[in-house]
Amino acid sequence: MKLLEMQGIEKSFHSVQVLYGIDFTLKSGNVHALMGENGAGKSTLMKILAGVHRYDKGVIRIEGKEVELTTPKHAQEMGIAMIHQELSPIPEMTVAENIYLGREPRKGPFVDYKKMYEMTEELLRSLKVAVDPRAKIGSLKVADQQLVEIAKAISLNAKIIVMDEPTSAITDKEVEQLFLIIKDLKTKGKGIIYISHKMDEIFRISDDITVMRDGHYVNTWRAEDIDNNILIQNMVGRELDDYFPKQKVQIKDTLFEIRGFTQQGKFEDISFQVRKGEIFGIAGLVGAGRTELMHAIFGLDKPDTGEIYLEGKKLTIRKPQDAIRQGIAYVTEDRKQEGLVLQMSVAHNITLPSMDVFKRTGLITSAKESAVVKKEIQDLRIKVHTPRQQAGNLSGGNQQKVVLAKWLIKHPKVLILDEPTRGIDVGAKTEIYKLMCEYVATGNTIIMISSEMPEVMGMSDRIMVLSSGRLGGILNRAEFGQESIMKMAVSHV
Amino acid sequence: MVKERSEKKAFNVKLFIAQYGVIIGLVLIFIFFTIMKTKFISVGNVLNMLRQTSINGFLAIGMTFVVLTGGIDLSVGSIVGAAGMFTALVARAESGQPWYVAVLVGLAVGLVLGTLNGVIVAYLRVPAFVATLGMLSIARGITFMASDAKPVPGLSQGFLQIGGGSVGIIPIPILILAGVLVLSFVLLYKCPYGRYVFATGGNAVSARVSGINIKWITCSVYMISGVLAGLAGIVLTSRVTSGLAQSGDGYEVDAIAAAVIGGNSLSGGRGRLWGTIIGFLIMGVMNNGLDMMAVSSYWQLVIKGLIIIGAVMLDSLNENK
Repeated sequence: MKLLEMQGIEKSFHSVQVLYGIDFTLKSGNVHALMGENGAGKSTLMKILAGVHRYDKGVIRIEGKEVELTTPKHAQEMGIAMIHQELSPIPEMTVAENIYLGREPRKGPFVDYKKMYEMTEELLRSLKVAVDPRAKIGSLKVADQQLVEIAKAISLNAKIIVMDEPTSAITDKEVEQLFLIIKDLKTKGKGIIYISHKMDEIFRISDDITVMRDGHYVNTWRAEDIDNNILIQNMVGRELDDYFPKQKVQIKDTLFEIRGFTQQGKFEDISFQVRKGEIFGIAGLVGAGRTELMHAIFGLDKPDTGEIYLEGKKLTIRKPQDAIRQGIAYVTEDRKQEGLVLQMSVAHNITLPSMDVFKRTGLITSAKESAVVKKEIQDLRIKVHTPRQQAGNLSGGNQQKVVLAKWLIKHPKVLILDEPTRGIDVGAKTEIYKLMCEYVATGNTIIMISSEMPEVMGMSDRIMVLSSGRLGGILNRAEFGQESIMKMAVSHV
Repeated sequence: MVKERSEKKAFNVKLFIAQYGVIIGLVLIFIFFTIMKTKFISVGNVLNMLRQTSINGFLAIGMTFVVLTGGIDLSVGSIVGAAGMFTALVARAESGQPWYVAVLVGLAVGLVLGTLNGVIVAYLRVPAFVATLGMLSIARGITFMASDAKPVPGLSQGFLQIGGGSVGIIPIPILILAGVLVLSFVLLYKCPYGRYVFATGGNAVSARVSGINIKWITCSVYMISGVLAGLAGIVLTSRVTSGLAQSGDGYEVDAIAAAVIGGNSLSGGRGRLWGTIIGFLIMGVMNNGLDMMAVSSYWQLVIKGLIIIGAVMLDSLNENK
């Protein structure tokens, strides 16, 4: 049965057309993947479905009946639930309060808190999500926040569930949990629209796949009828060989060393060395302490003990400025919260940590600044109308490139990347991988935290696995394997 | 690709009005008053109006820096009073001190109070609203104590030139204001410091990751606000020719209003200095024009409030939010 039919959907924002007649059909009991590069229009299409935007032309039918989705609440009433890519829970409210926001169970004019917590407990248990309904959602790990978000959508008893990058912040263990939930939803006759850039997931979970490109509808296939290459080709419009462009780089002597890093409650006695020309991957489950370790190394946090050596010399790092000055850069996990100032222009974001280079007698040398910015935009192929555009207006992939550009112009000896390709499409991902390879080829080193198995195995020369804050092990490229990494990742759990 | 298509963006009227509406507003108000009272547009009146507005101008510029970091300075009115009072005490003809010593004292008082604000907000992590609210009381109390609640008249001739004198036909306060404006523009838009202010207000976490010392930046804007409030106090005292313990009372409202009318977001990271200029000009023109039309000062308060609300509503049309 056709749960949803979208036909000929067109949309423009102030005379900039973003959707050119999109068709999309969702059958009940099906998972239909929606794929396309960043900027292809997937999020816009889904926002139209969720009642956030109004479409200019086209028809939407739900269970055969034509509907006008005027507001998000209306869309919700029509049985559409959306799990957004960018989580926006209310941090100071509890898990239960967030889930039932706007539809709290009542006892007369009052909120029935007892019932609300009971219902939440029941919901989370049925989905095997181990989260305390009374916990403040802001105190949860990002992965758990995402699971709560999924639980919320399911509690809305929606017929059509849209999942936008649901696994971007969770690791394999939680992904399995999610897939079980999805299979369960299918048997109940629900329809799921699944947006993701993770190819292996798409082929595992979807029945149908639709590709969009630059606001146009390309095609729809049954998942079993196509493969990775055909999919990528259609998304990108060109052939992409070498998904992980790992080149032969001469790996030389030790450049950077960490000894005995300990921070109570976060990580314990971590030591490792990284060499010139090397890409050092750091794997582990969410909560293993990888980001916390990098925060401490970079000076954002203070560890209890730990020594840092760069080219044999001991470093004193008490704040980010110290780390930056001594040749370390950090592309943080969350580009919107920690990587960019969204209201500032792309140009200003790129040059922010490097102002000492762009000034003379106290004043900013605009010509030099513009030249460098222009070069970075070109080299990294950042899609902008003008460098003066607000960073907040860019797509996820382009935003990530801006953050990268910001640090690359400092030519750091040690470049730390925390989930560098999260929420980024195939085309942009490959570009970032190429940049990484080019970067280490000049004798620098990259430390890359990644929760994507194919990525961390494809790009790293060695992988360190953290497990609940402890060192699980370090593997050489020859020893890479999903099982061995996973074994180390759970070794201290 | 999508980018080429949008080069031919149509002229968006709504966006234009949201961004530049305040200038149109200022012009319209000016024309209105000129029609009502032709004397409004006389050179004498305009110069006088600018002389009066310069006080708020100093405060509004300082407030802009503070607001850009997402903070607020409720104590500027009291700092005007305190600085003005201490300046008056030194500027008395009987003290024998030259006028510039009095000026230095006034600026120093502003700097000290502003620095206290800055330290409390940035290093002791007290929310700006609370910290400067406290300072509002403290500074006012100090002012009354220093003057024993009595006016301080008899200021030296040299000192009185500051507020009352002119160079040619241009009143000195306006020259000082122009100088401050130029410096502020350079600092905010041509120096790395300005970028750091916008970054700290826009996203303090990102700013910190980028190596910016957000505590220092936060502290410094209150210092700027304090010094400018001190300057305002000096000019005000000079204009009214004596130190009054209650001078500056309530001035923070006009300063905040000017910044807000100009399109500066109180949550920080977004704003424009030229907007603030339009802001205090609008308020100055309103004050002067309504006085000329003999509108009751109570009505003036109502109108002022309506303008503030209206200007912010206009700003919300700005889709770049």
